[in-house]
Amino acid sequence: MTHASVHNEILDTLAASAMPVNSLQQQALQEFIRLGLPGPKNEEYKHTPISRVLEKSINPSLPFQSEGKVPDEKLWKLNSIPAYQVVFLNGKFVAKQSQLPQGIDIIPMHTARDLQVVSDHLGKYADFKSDSFTAWNTAAWTDGIFINIPEDYTVDTPIILYYLHDATAGQVKSITRNLIIAGKNSKVTIVEKWFTQGSDAVISNTVSEILLREKTSVNHVVVQTDDSNHIQYLHNQFWQEAESLLNSYVITLSGMFIRNNTRVALDGACESHLYGLYLLKDNAFTDNHTVVDHRKPNAFSNELYKGVLDGKSNGVFNGKIYVRQGAQKTNAFQSNRNLLLSDQAVAHTKPQLEIWADDVKCSHGCTVGQLDEDALFYLRARGIDKETAKAMLLYAFAAEVIETLPHDGIKNFLDTLIRDRLHNSF
Amino acid sequence: MLTIRNLYARVGDKEILKGIDLEVKAGEVHAIMGPNGSGKSTLAAVLAGREDFEVTDGSVEYLGKNLLEMEPDERAREGIFLAFQYPVEIPGVSTINFMKTAVNQVRIHRGQEPLDAVSFLQLMKEKMKLVDIDQALLSRSLNEGFSGGEKKRNEIFQMAMLEPRLAILDETDSGLDIDALKIVANGVNKLRSKDNAIIVVTHYQRLLNYIVPDFVHVLYKGRIVKSGGKELALELESKGYDWIKSEAEVA
Repeated sequence: MTHASVHNEILDTLAASAMPVNSLQQQALQEFIRLGLPGPKNEEYKHTPISRVLEKSINPSLPFQSEGKVPDEKLWKLNSIPAYQVVFLNGKFVAKQSQLPQGIDIIPMHTARDLQVVSDHLGKYADFKSDSFTAWNTAAWTDGIFINIPEDYTVDTPIILYYLHDATAGQVKSITRNLIIAGKNSKVTIVEKWFTQGSDAVISNTVSEILLREKTSVNHVVVQTDDSNHIQYLHNQFWQEAESLLNSYVITLSGMFIRNNTRVALDGACESHLYGLYLLKDNAFTDNHTVVDHRKPNAFSNELYKGVLDGKSNGVFNGKIYVRQGAQKTNAFQSNRNLLLSDQAVAHTKPQLEIWADDVKCSHGCTVGQLDEDALFYLRARGIDKETAKAMLLYAFAAEVIETLPHDGIKNFLDTLIRDRLHNSF
Repeated sequence: MLTIRNLYARVGDKEILKGIDLEVKAGEVHAIMGPNGSGKSTLAAVLAGREDFEVTDGSVEYLGKNLLEMEPDERAREGIFLAFQYPVEIPGVSTINFMKTAVNQVRIHRGQEPLDAVSFLQLMKEKMKLVDIDQALLSRSLNEGFSGGEKKRNEIFQMAMLEPRLAILDETDSGLDIDALKIVANGVNKLRSKDNAIIVVTHYQRLLNYIVPDFVHVLYKGRIVKSGGKELALELESKGYDWIKSEAEVA
């Protein structure tokens, strides 16, 4: 079979999973077919061979498993902090496993899709005309969660979204779509986490649109620890109104193939902090594409992404900052730092700034380096063995990313995760 | 305690140590002096196990063992301590955390119980007094933003915590004003005992007014060209290194 026909077959298979029920989905499906799967000539996927990986992993002649069994809770549940939980299995909401908060609207998407408020917002923020996977998601999602937090409401504990996959009896596709509206002056912490049981291929595609009304405060934490045959596409689109505060964390500790799009539109004098950490080894691949779009004056954004790459792993960072013409007095900062621990690990880093306003403060910096040998020797010269000394230095490098995380429970959970990982696996 | 025989070492193609012989016994303080570029710091680094230098000939015996076969951290656990000329700044690692790990690795190596948080803090407070160092400083990232004097005091503080058998002070006096120098020297003197030995590497005699050596050696072009008592340091101070150089050239 020729390469082109495999490619087309995958495209057809993915397109066939869409059964558009409204004009948005029809439009998105057309966009998906028009865009096709991104090849190496697509600038946004230049170092990210997602189509090739799909062709290798997905078998178009076999069905996708939509049913399955929820894996043992011990394997995926974050026990150390009290939290609400929303559980999906192979892309479908599982009511029995979920514990939803009272006092707010929190409704699975397959029912929420008929609500006026949902059709008013869905697809309005996450651009499906430029990225085929967001187009595919918009056309073909099977479930997800709609969260609507009322004005002046504080959700007392984090809401954790668990995306579980049962890949023990065949390949799985999991296409989920979320809409989160944080009402004026509300506060919420959202965590997203994935887990796969079984060794068959999983393609997951999660797109969330998160609207921060005036004066809201949102912590959003992505935890990627799924060490399986999982090809992951994740797109989080934030839209911020005036005086809102966003803290976004994307923490990647495992993953065969991951593409994260984290995009923020600052549509008012608001504040955004974007943090990312990727600790990659073996053949892991992680791509973080971020967009910070300053649309209005007097907003502040700060972005810090750090990576440690070992083995034959591959990390991509692309950070775009737009400062639109009217967005005077913008402060926008970006930094991406990478440590390579092996000769075969690769980091691609690319900052892109487009500034159309004249009264702004913007800076960016990116580095790709190695572990500081002088520092390593200094620690060893005090009697600390080489592995521990290395782990201490890597931890010091990595921990900066979560240092200011405003939720102690989640911070401690991540801290332990990072510490264990650095002491055991590099 | 330490026997160096005919030691040769180089970095890249450049031979720096060209046949060093030195014997250090427990309870002794040896000063290694010499003009810039004579190989003083290289000797200190080779003893501590720095991998940038390649030993091409000779032997170093420490407490009956072949030192050159040991990894740098093994040497430290066996009781060798190098006070760095330029202590490294390490963001994100506090002196306290780092010292706790180091002290406990050394203790385990010596067959002692690791210290719990309370006993560690107690030991730390006691040793802090020796060099007049503040706990707030030790809670900060290691050496980051420390003044020259603070860095050197931190080195001696670490030395006090680790209780080495053989301490090597590499240009510990460089960059210190007289008050800081006195504090540092005073700290070192309190750690002197009949069981341990100290090698003081220095360019100037000044430090030796406060840490009085039993032996003084002059290193020049990678060899020890003259050895003597503490009066040799005074002679060097008044006459400079030129007479040593011409003596060495003639020989």
